Amino acid sequence: MNALSRRIAALGHGFVAMLTGLGAFARLFTAILARSGILWRRPRLTAQQVHFIGNHSLLIIGVSGLFVGFVLGLQGYYTLNRYGSEEALGLLVALSLTRELGPVVTALLFAGRAGTSLTAEIGLMKAGEQLSAMEVMAVDPIRRVLTPRFWGGVIAMPVLAAVFSMVGILGGWFVGVVLIGIDPGAFWSQMQGGVDVVSDVLNGVIKSLVFGVVVTLIALYQGWTALPTPEGVSRATTRTVVSGALAVLGLDFLLTALMFAH
Amino acid sequence: MTREKTDFWVGLFILLGLIALVFLALRAGNMSSFSFAPTYRVQAHFDNVGGLKVRAPVKSSGVVVGRVASIGFDNQRFQATVAVDLEKQYQFPTDTSASILTSGLLGEQYVGLTPGGEDKNLADGGTIEFTQSAVVLEDLISKFLYNSAEKEGSATAQPAAPAAGAAH
Repeated sequence: MNALSRRIAALGHGFVAMLTGLGAFARLFTAILARSGILWRRPRLTAQQVHFIGNHSLLIIGVSGLFVGFVLGLQGYYTLNRYGSEEALGLLVALSLTRELGPVVTALLFAGRAGTSLTAEIGLMKAGEQLSAMEVMAVDPIRRVLTPRFWGGVIAMPVLAAVFSMVGILGGWFVGVVLIGIDPGAFWSQMQGGVDVVSDVLNGVIKSLVFGVVVTLIALYQGWTALPTPEGVSRATTRTVVSGALAVLGLDFLLTALMFAH
Repeated sequence: MTREKTDFWVGLFILLGLIALVFLALRAGNMSSFSFAPTYRVQAHFDNVGGLKVRAPVKSSGVVVGRVASIGFDNQRFQATVAVDLEKQYQFPTDTSASILTSGLLGEQYVGLTPGGEDKNLADGGTIEFTQSAVVLEDLISKFLYNSAEKEGSATAQPAAPAAGAAH
């Protein structure tokens, strides 16, 4: 009986901790949004973050996009060839990239490449008591440190996803048209006939924007709440990747169900 | 890194994103087939629209002259109502007939217009009276099977009939 009641208490404790975490997460989000005025007052701070988060992620995003496009071209050709409709390869590559792979894979890479560095940076600032020092000097660390990083991530993510999709389509074109020899006219016209600007391209951009908000916020939250020890920062960095990736995949299912279920 | 240099790279980054979006919209998407020419709306009632979708093309002699605006069900006539936006530069007589056709064997469905011979032209809010529904593959197959079964039945019945008559 005693063991049972302890189990129930542990369950209750876990639930309360989860709710507290969610509440702190939402409060951090509103706190960042409330301080977004710095975006206009000191735009250079955000520009620096776009440069750090965006430009430095371009290489990994571009190379991954290219190879995802290559593989899509090869695998798609393998299957479509059985039904004698290789020309639909362009459509297959473009739809899978703009709708799913572009936003999702970019968000996963983004969590690994940019999210971890945000978490580690803020976690170390906290461990080195730089954030406390700022507060002592009456500088609001959420406004000065977190908000520019948040908007930097939110701006960079859709750009990276669009680049990923574009490079991926070019990769699929390279494998399909240049290497395998599909008719280029049919490749592009099938693609243009089947990809809708609003329901496919725009929805993909909206997805990537949502992922950008969620991944950047998770990274900032993990750094912000990290224990100020080396171990705490390393755990927070791991949690950024794990919960960021899970949040992206779960949200992707929800968004897909909302957007594409007719 | 100096401020100007950072600004330059950030500007380049944003520019690259815009180029990628334009590429997705124009090269991969159907933005280039969007036409902003003035249109007029015409309705048509079909018994069966098959797999026709909103924004499917409306073609006459194979040329795209408009797009399907909406597809609904008319509960008074128990028929599907299809509204199409035709471009103003193309005018059709009032006795034009509309049919739902398929491009290729498994391709997308579109509305085909065959002009009639009337002097008056269709106006905004007009209705196309003569329509032909989509061909449903299952109906076609069942009709074919029914016909061949009937033929087979009569082919076996005919030699049997004289034989039965001769026995009497």
